[in-house]
Amino acid sequence: MLKDKDRIFQNLYNDFGWEIDKSLKRGDWTNTKSIILKGKEFIIKEIKESELRGRGGAGFPTGLKLSFAPKEVGSRPHYLVINADESEPGTCKDRDILRYEPQKLIEGCLLSSYAISANICYIYIRGEYFREGQRLQEAINQAYKKNYIGKNACDSGWDLDIYIHYGAGAYICGEETALLESIEGKKGQPRLKPPFPALVGLYGCPTIVNNVETVAVIPTILRRGAKWFASLGKPKNTGTKIFCISGNVNNPCNVEEEMGIPLKDLIEKHAGGVVGGWNNLQAVIPGGSSMPLLPKNICETITMDFDSLTKANSGLGTAGIVVINKNQDIIRCIARIARFYKHESCGQCTPCREGCGWMWRMLERMADGESTYKEIDLLYDVTKQIEGHTICAFGEGSSWPVQGLLRHFKKEIEQRSHEEPIINKKTNIPYLIDQHLLEKDNA
Amino acid sequence: MSLKKVSKTQPEFFNFTNENLKKVKIEINKYPKERKSSAVMALLFLVQNQNDNWIPLPAIKKVAEIISMPYIKVYEVATFYSMFNLTPVGKFFVQVCTTTPCMIRGSKKITDICKKYISQNQNELSNNKVCSWTEVECLGACVNAPMMQINQDYFEDLNENKTQEIVEKLLKGEFPDPGSATNRTSNAPEKNRTTLLEVKNA
Repeated sequence: MLKDKDRIFQNLYNDFGWEIDKSLKRGDWTNTKSIILKGKEFIIKEIKESELRGRGGAGFPTGLKLSFAPKEVGSRPHYLVINADESEPGTCKDRDILRYEPQKLIEGCLLSSYAISANICYIYIRGEYFREGQRLQEAINQAYKKNYIGKNACDSGWDLDIYIHYGAGAYICGEETALLESIEGKKGQPRLKPPFPALVGLYGCPTIVNNVETVAVIPTILRRGAKWFASLGKPKNTGTKIFCISGNVNNPCNVEEEMGIPLKDLIEKHAGGVVGGWNNLQAVIPGGSSMPLLPKNICETITMDFDSLTKANSGLGTAGIVVINKNQDIIRCIARIARFYKHESCGQCTPCREGCGWMWRMLERMADGESTYKEIDLLYDVTKQIEGHTICAFGEGSSWPVQGLLRHFKKEIEQRSHEEPIINKKTNIPYLIDQHLLEKDNA
Repeated sequence: MSLKKVSKTQPEFFNFTNENLKKVKIEINKYPKERKSSAVMALLFLVQNQNDNWIPLPAIKKVAEIISMPYIKVYEVATFYSMFNLTPVGKFFVQVCTTTPCMIRGSKKITDICKKYISQNQNELSNNKVCSWTEVECLGACVNAPMMQINQDYFEDLNENKTQEIVEKLLKGEFPDPGSATNRTSNAPEKNRTTLLEVKNA
């Protein structure tokens, strides 16, 4: 288990208070100036050596991302955008950073803004986190007052202004280009890549988009050194990570642990075990709803890091662990996730807009025991036709959980399905009906 | 993508209060001068706060005017994002999270109570017109499931009794105390906390 002194977010549980004087006692902002004076190359090199990977889901190396920004500022200003649009079901780590460790985030904003030569930073918070946004605004005001940000921030000669932008309940705005569209005051619909935001981003200017957790760990890495961070976790999957353990566990909680910790340890030690005991475990969604679920036999041995979960045909994603025990109807659970994706699809690409609805309605029928054997293969075919045929990764995110269900729980579905066509008995098959009509009562 | 109905009864005009006009200026100043349209979402939120949680069409016109954006573009934004309500939802708007992590911890019980006490259907005002309820997608407090949001505040770790208490209070026109029903103050495990103890006790 990770030692307490190696945990980055010392105030994760708000034992000490979030205000700036309290975070100063915990060591925030101690030698920010001297780090900045070491130069941009130093910061980027340190982060590269620490092998920090983005904590927002895709796990892209952060140092590499920062180095994509143009070295010299041309006619267009550079922007740093922080993605705090945390909407992945099962994930609530950024919320705690915004509430209890806002100074870590603000300091991270200053250091990474300096590294990419940005003078303006936008923090995009989901609209539902209104109280957390207020808290962050207060923290920003406190930092301004101490001149840690603003003109000549920390006496380093660098200017930085931080603004909060609220989202309004669109999951898709967690995708970086959709997020930029949303800041520009448009519908949050992802852009085609390339050009990547690092060259053509917000207002057509070079923009780096990073997750809250990624940015918040940067000051600690620079202070304690890349070697320290790289010594935690596994090679290529270094450092610590906040895991959110929810669902059928005795003590649902957020906990910061080393990357590569066994899943069983997380559930049994930190979350108080599965409700009804470990043998009552049915499946675990390891990385937020868009990652395929893992059945119990894999959960016994799997370790929580990007590479080993990819090997198990799943992914670490945002590390939002949803534990599902045998008292739950697994098909119903995934059907609910499919409904989530149907609701959140932005409607830009046809395969996703239509396919997400199909998947949801087919899964509901499967859960109700109204499906035929043929439909199981049909459902798999639909997921394959969404995956990889959309502008953004939403297509993968929506089809992977369904593929995971089909991979590990096909027997369950087969048990409830039957041979003869249902059409003879019931003429109003939901997935043949226009979606609008179906939702008439719900709108 | 959510489907939205636009209210059939609309007020004739909408004006920001003086206090909100100041806030409008602050919001617009966050963005570069020629990029006023970035403030559209913030302005729509201000409208919603001023106007009992919903946005009437004249307000959309007003917002379009202030940030010199075409009306249809603002309308597009108002219909795209699910947090903008285009019909009256009452002074207290209850949003119950029913996505999988909340579902497996019993959000059905919460919606049942809303059905029983507030209104039979979602998005329907209660008899005394004070509140309405709706199911929403993940609100990002999965560790505190089941939970719901009323206006801007989170109500977490709910159970049937507590939810009933909250709803009854709302119907009386009072705003209940937000936060966890089990008095959790953070996302630490409720019992047998395992981490950060050394630091806490030091």
